[in-house]
Amino acid sequence: MANRSKSYLILTLLVLGLVFLGTGCTGDKNDKGSVPAKKTSSEITGSQEIFLKGSDTVLPLAQAEAEEFTNENPGKSVSVTGGGSGVGITALIDGEVDIATASREMKPEELEAAKVNGINPVEHTIAYDGISVIVNPQNPISELTFGQLRGIYNGSISNWKEVGGEDRPIVTISRDSSSGTYEFFKEEVLLGDEYRPDALTQPATGGILLEVSQNPNAVGYIGVAYLDESVKALNLDAGAGSVAPSPENITSGAYPLSRALYFYTNEEPSGLTKEFIDFVMSEKGQNLISEVGYFPVQ
Amino acid sequence: MFSKNSKEKGIESVLFFISTLTVLILFLICIFLFRDSLLLFKETSLLDFLTGKFWYPTSVNKQFGLLPLLLGSLLVTAGSILFSVPLGIASAIYISELAHPKVADFLKPFIEILAGIPSVVFGFFGLVVLVPFMQKTLNLPTGQTALTGSIMLGIMALPTIITISEDAISSVPSTLRQGSLALGATQWQTIYKVIIPASLSGISAAVMLGIGRAIGETMTLMMVTGNAAIIPSFPGGFFGPVRTMTATIALEMGEVPQGSAHFHALFAVGSVLFIITFIINLIADSIKKKYRFKVG
Repeated sequence: MANRSKSYLILTLLVLGLVFLGTGCTGDKNDKGSVPAKKTSSEITGSQEIFLKGSDTVLPLAQAEAEEFTNENPGKSVSVTGGGSGVGITALIDGEVDIATASREMKPEELEAAKVNGINPVEHTIAYDGISVIVNPQNPISELTFGQLRGIYNGSISNWKEVGGEDRPIVTISRDSSSGTYEFFKEEVLLGDEYRPDALTQPATGGILLEVSQNPNAVGYIGVAYLDESVKALNLDAGAGSVAPSPENITSGAYPLSRALYFYTNEEPSGLTKEFIDFVMSEKGQNLISEVGYFPVQ
Repeated sequence: MFSKNSKEKGIESVLFFISTLTVLILFLICIFLFRDSLLLFKETSLLDFLTGKFWYPTSVNKQFGLLPLLLGSLLVTAGSILFSVPLGIASAIYISELAHPKVADFLKPFIEILAGIPSVVFGFFGLVVLVPFMQKTLNLPTGQTALTGSIMLGIMALPTIITISEDAISSVPSTLRQGSLALGATQWQTIYKVIIPASLSGISAAVMLGIGRAIGETMTLMMVTGNAAIIPSFPGGFFGPVRTMTATIALEMGEVPQGSAHFHALFAVGSVLFIITFIINLIADSIKKKYRFKVG
């Protein structure tokens, strides 16, 4: 018995040691997007708290807005969670949240389901976003046409040399079907084709970034706000010449993969929900949108 | 004032209520699961679901083919068993028969700790360490493959297999062991001619429970197998991505509009999974019973 507890002790110390070793080795490279919205739970009274849920693309933006808003209005609280546009819209239909965030418009089935539940969704366009197509920095490719991109994602192009690159197999990465980005990309790029069935499916944008940064064969798509140095964003050509996913090109609409981001509320917003949306649409709120990496509406 | 007898009765009935609650919960889950999955067959036939080769739940021509998901699950599970059974049984034999008691006491907590690691941690380790390693060493298009999933699952099933086989091996009566040694058999001969045959049903139960653990695993597989819903070839499919039934449910449950065909299809996948694990547990249980009878 004594022996047993001794080895547990050794084990605990070992694990603790490894933990400290681990923390010593990490840098604070990329922790944006994981900061939870500030919650002043002690000060909340019933109506002074609103809940937002939905698109992972809108998440970093909604979090930044929520933080700034609660800083300015102590005593009021805005909680933000992700999960995908579909998740947020379902939660709005079920009456669980005050605002659903979405990177796509509501589908007809969803509008119908909302009607059945007595919910009347109102759409607010809060920002614009660009989708960038990313590859590993080792990949010599720096631009693709829409035709090539469609071929890569529907399965008719399977080797990088077919689009002017090295002789390597192409590994396509897609989001799961609860992502608004998944739907958007399918509509804009695949034009009705199915994603190739052997495309890797990642449950989160972080997974796409990680796989693309580790794998020289991979290609994926992510919101421009998530871009970092571990991957290379491609220029896209939709027929009007190759365009980089730069802020100017997205705001001007020259970049072909840009889209609107939405807040959905039940009925016209009132109370704290209205205050928050007004804040997002104010000059300050819209400036914050540029800081996060998206593009203001005005 | 209760008499001692009625107090005992009271306690007994409370405990009875609590234990029947478990059964009740199980039945409610069953009813809920099967009711929602049966609604799928208003829109697709059972045969199309069971033999369909494509899983396109959100496209215009919706297709709910179970085969790629079922075969994905089976492939990954089979791989993990191939990996974990030899290792698990070898460790169990070493710990219960060969190791110095001090060494055994030292090893056991480590195995138990392995069982306590959350699956998302295994998944993260797999994604960051094993996936790039597999891609580079095997020169594959991507490291997110069935084999990667099998190795991770194998590691996760090890504690189950080791602990239960070790129990089975150490419950072999010492008279058998001593008898064999007294007849002049060496220690190794005793192990593989006497101990292993005597504890075989316990070991088989351990393997079945390991399979049960592996087939229901979700998070780790979702993170390391790539989730491509294609029918894997055998054995080449080990080196390509697969999507398991569990990962499909986890990936798609968030999006799906309630009451749609897709929603019911996910329930149907859940039912299939439930039936499979149920059968595996039944087999493990009956093997275990047989083994108790034999040794007792």
